[in-house]
Amino acid sequence: MNALLVAPVVWPLATAALLVLLQGRLSIQRTLSTASAAAQLALAVILLARVATEGILVVQFGGWDAPFGISFVADHLAAVMVLVNGIMGTAVAVYALRDLDADRERLGYHPMFHVLLAGVNGAFLTGDLFNLYVWFELLLIASFVLLTLGNRREQLEGGIKYVAANLVASMLLLTGIGLLYGATGTLNMADLALKLPLVPAGLATTLAMLFLVAFGIKAAIFPLFFWLPASYHTPPVAISALFGGMLTKVGVYALLRGFTLLFVADVALTHGLLAWIAGITMVVGVLGAASQTEFRKILSFHIVSQIGYMVMGLAFFTPLGIGGAVFYMVHNIFAKANLFLIAGIARWYGGSFELKKLGGLYRHRPLLAVLFVIAAFSLAGFPPLSGFWAKLVVIRAGFEVQAWPLVAVALFVGLLTLYSMTKIWLAAFWSPLPEGVTLRAGPAPALLYAPVVALALLTLAMGFASAPFFALAERIGAELTDPTGYVLAVLGEAAAAAFVAQGVAP
Amino acid sequence: MEAYLAVVVGAVFAGGFYLVMRRNLLRFVFGLILLSSGVNLLVFTAGRISRGAPPIIPEGASAPVGEVANALPQALILTAIVIGFGLTVFAMVLLLRLYERLGTLRTDQLKAYLEAPQPVPGLPDEEAPA
Repeated sequence: MNALLVAPVVWPLATAALLVLLQGRLSIQRTLSTASAAAQLALAVILLARVATEGILVVQFGGWDAPFGISFVADHLAAVMVLVNGIMGTAVAVYALRDLDADRERLGYHPMFHVLLAGVNGAFLTGDLFNLYVWFELLLIASFVLLTLGNRREQLEGGIKYVAANLVASMLLLTGIGLLYGATGTLNMADLALKLPLVPAGLATTLAMLFLVAFGIKAAIFPLFFWLPASYHTPPVAISALFGGMLTKVGVYALLRGFTLLFVADVALTHGLLAWIAGITMVVGVLGAASQTEFRKILSFHIVSQIGYMVMGLAFFTPLGIGGAVFYMVHNIFAKANLFLIAGIARWYGGSFELKKLGGLYRHRPLLAVLFVIAAFSLAGFPPLSGFWAKLVVIRAGFEVQAWPLVAVALFVGLLTLYSMTKIWLAAFWSPLPEGVTLRAGPAPALLYAPVVALALLTLAMGFASAPFFALAERIGAELTDPTGYVLAVLGEAAAAAFVAQGVAP
Repeated sequence: MEAYLAVVVGAVFAGGFYLVMRRNLLRFVFGLILLSSGVNLLVFTAGRISRGAPPIIPEGASAPVGEVANALPQALILTAIVIGFGLTVFAMVLLLRLYERLGTLRTDQLKAYLEAPQPVPGLPDEEAPA
């Protein structure tokens, strides 16, 4: 039993249990919550280091060998995502110390925050499809509570859309899992990779479509994204940042896993469809953003748009494309969450999220302006920031498979992203303060700035020293396009040999 | 047996989706409950209906003797029922709060009522300035 693999789930769950017992004692809760998030980040670093040196790690629960028991599998993708979740968890925990009001903390923000982190980590690490459903539900219920905590009207109104869409997605996911079990008799993902090719192609594709819709709602792809811009701007900024950065990417992760390991029987159809979805998602998201004038609503629509780039990398189904999708995802989590956090600081000074009521931040608060430029222009894909490399890789992958229309769409959407970011820049930072608005005096609390600076430094590191990040992304791309290693680690040599003999692996 | 149950699952799904697409959010939740039951029945059916002894391994043996029933679908359904119960209760509470604060459960009125809420009289307005 490899305790390190279970730790990213058990640790936050134990923390949450402890935090429930400490309900009402805010200062102890705050300290414990932040320290635990930092410790979880340390655990994630160790996990990734172990995976990088020893290869794919596997735990079989209860001594039941796969495919009979539940497996936890940490390949490079899972380990990287757990690490990113650790970074986001720590950044948001620190930011929330100043951003969240005591009322929400008393209502149970701290325990739910850690349940959410546990659910996300569980979804990344599990190697069993039904177990994935359970982790999804865990992170969902935590996110429901966090989203509606405080009971403000717009939170309830946005929350009901979020809850409705995600509950329907869960039903579809469970339907897919049930039918998949009926067709193959197994739920272990590695075992499914082995047995799905024996299922009639039509049935396999039908199942793939069910999973595409279920994961697609969670990932907010076209035409299933409507719940996201309706709800993500309503909770406090710290929660918005965690949702905007992390949560939709769990859906993208599930798509990446599902459409490389399981549903590869009819790539021309499934991944061809993904390419269409990617293109339309990019365009619709960015156009939606262009029509908005509220800081967080613009950012919410951009989440949708950028999910399109990640799905585009997946649709090419080459090592470069999938590595690019992962690189894009990690870059986007940092940059997007950071923009939400920056919006929070801008509100701290200007008192509003409405661009019309903001202004003069460049003149009066140059540090915040610099931090915004780093995150925003990285998002828009300016060289040499991380977003430029992310787009470059995905687009180069497009060149390789000669998907010209999609490449053209990606470039065009990049320009529109720049338009949106420039709009925020002009209105909130460059233009003079509107009449009757005064900026709050004094620098914003250091605890609000610290996570923003840290995430900006990560964005810069991914841009200026991108080589190690690329190496990792390349390795993930190779691992996902040839899942033999995954099957070998979970099921052993005989199964891996059978997998290769089936000729599924390229 | 499986074919018969498949028709039942289809009917429950149809009813569930009909309710989910109604304008009234309470109907939506009822639809969700139906869907949830339908999915459980689907998992049960997909696991094959078979007659057999309970899957218990006799003492001293390492595998069950004779034909045993498949226990896995039951385990899956049990988990799904618990999760479904929790989510349904949350959705109900959310609806209750929404109705208390906005005064409507109709999806086509939500936007308008957000601008001009008509909270249920007698309840304290938490957003009123203190």
